[in-house]
Amino acid sequence: MSGFKDVLDGAAEIAKAMGFTLKTLVSEPPVTVEYPDEPMTIYPRFRGRHELRRYENGLERCIGCCLCEAACPTGAIHVEAAENDPAHPTSPGERYASVYEVNLMRCIFCGDCEAACPTEAVVLGHTIDLAVYNRRDMLLTKEQLLNPPDPNTVIRGDW
Amino acid sequence: MSIVLLSILKSLALIILLLTGFAYLTYYERKLLARFHVRRGPNRAGPFGLLQPIADAVKAIFKEEIVPGHVDKLIYIVAPALSLIPALVIFAVIPIAPDLRLGGFTLQFHVADINVGLLYLAAIASVATYGIILGGWSSNNNYALLGSLRTAAQMISYELPFGLLLAAIILTTNIGREAGTLSLIEILNQPRPWWLWLWLWLAFPMFFITMLAESNRSPFDLPETENELIAGFQVEYGGIKFALFFMAEYISMITGSAIMATLFFGGWRGPFADPGTWYGPIVGFGWFFLKVVALLFVYIWVRASVPRIRYDQLLQFCWKVLTPLSIGYLVLTALIVVFVG
Repeated sequence: MSGFKDVLDGAAEIAKAMGFTLKTLVSEPPVTVEYPDEPMTIYPRFRGRHELRRYENGLERCIGCCLCEAACPTGAIHVEAAENDPAHPTSPGERYASVYEVNLMRCIFCGDCEAACPTEAVVLGHTIDLAVYNRRDMLLTKEQLLNPPDPNTVIRGDW
Repeated sequence: MSIVLLSILKSLALIILLLTGFAYLTYYERKLLARFHVRRGPNRAGPFGLLQPIADAVKAIFKEEIVPGHVDKLIYIVAPALSLIPALVIFAVIPIAPDLRLGGFTLQFHVADINVGLLYLAAIASVATYGIILGGWSSNNNYALLGSLRTAAQMISYELPFGLLLAAIILTTNIGREAGTLSLIEILNQPRPWWLWLWLWLAFPMFFITMLAESNRSPFDLPETENELIAGFQVEYGGIKFALFFMAEYISMITGSAIMATLFFGGWRGPFADPGTWYGPIVGFGWFFLKVVALLFVYIWVRASVPRIRYDQLLQFCWKVLTPLSIGYLVLTALIVVFVG
């Protein structure tokens, strides 16, 4: 007869489980973030796509020191420096970056470049949609880095 | 001649109806399961994702047809069709709406009114096992073979309580009559006293469990346990051949719901579904459709709630619990028929 009791207990458990799922169905709205239509919620220190920043007066922060290139563990960053034209300087220092490329296929988003940069020129932004149709597009040029797209993200307040 | 033509037309309409039903059942299941999981489900293709089944069908049809080199080719190709056809032909004996009378012409909404309808149900349901066994066998793959052998054991075991409960239902058709009937149409046309409805509903949970096992639905989806058998008998199948197995499972869900709706909940019967009127068939089909959708909801609800059981538990439950219970039910029904009827 213990088998019969097992069956009744099992039936009660199943009824409980089904009651719970039904309650979920009728009372809880979906928690899905419909990402491309709605912004994704991220933490404020999230490390997304690279950005090169400028000062308020429009000069580039990057001074072409190549420390980020040296700090990069995967060799994703390529910098070539050039002398500033004193009449029309690109950056406040003596030199600026004439070429600044980030290879996103190599980047592991560790943030070491950010930490190594003496002028806080290179930062990892909040852009998360990095997919492209072409492998060449994974190589970010200096223009793309200086003009980052609007990140489709909001920053969580409860951190 | 005209009756043959009419039957062919009705069969075609039924097949189209069932295949469309299958397509939207996958949508219904995905949407419902998503809501059970507090997700949204498919919503990108068309409004509310309503075009998703069509996109899936197009994808399955245009996939590359791959026949692996180590399979038994003929059986491998025939097996998916063999599992789909029984699921489709079962529907032939199920009345989906009351008769339509126009002048002297009567249109019946079932393909065949055969006098052994319930026997036909049980027989065709067993044939469906062949498709799965042959699919697993011809795949020449350990996992596929294990999956299909499990199906065989499972389906044959659960046929027993299924048959016993059917026998009990057949017995109840004797009440107040000289002879009972096996025809689903006749059963539907017989009025039942209220206590008989209650007594039959007592058997409904047991019958529902056997239907779950017969259509290999969760928590009895042992033939395709992903965690131990990858996908069981379907493992060597791809493209449209896989889709046929998939269709077989879902259409047997629809068929099972239709059988239960007809036997336990009065099929197309409901308020305003009056036979002989012009609106009767429409309202009747509406009731039938609603009942089937409600039963499909229970199928999906069970899938969302109950974890898959172990294989020995599956067979133990069948032989030690369900079969004795249904034998007891059959005996009690017989007593009721003899003493009350």
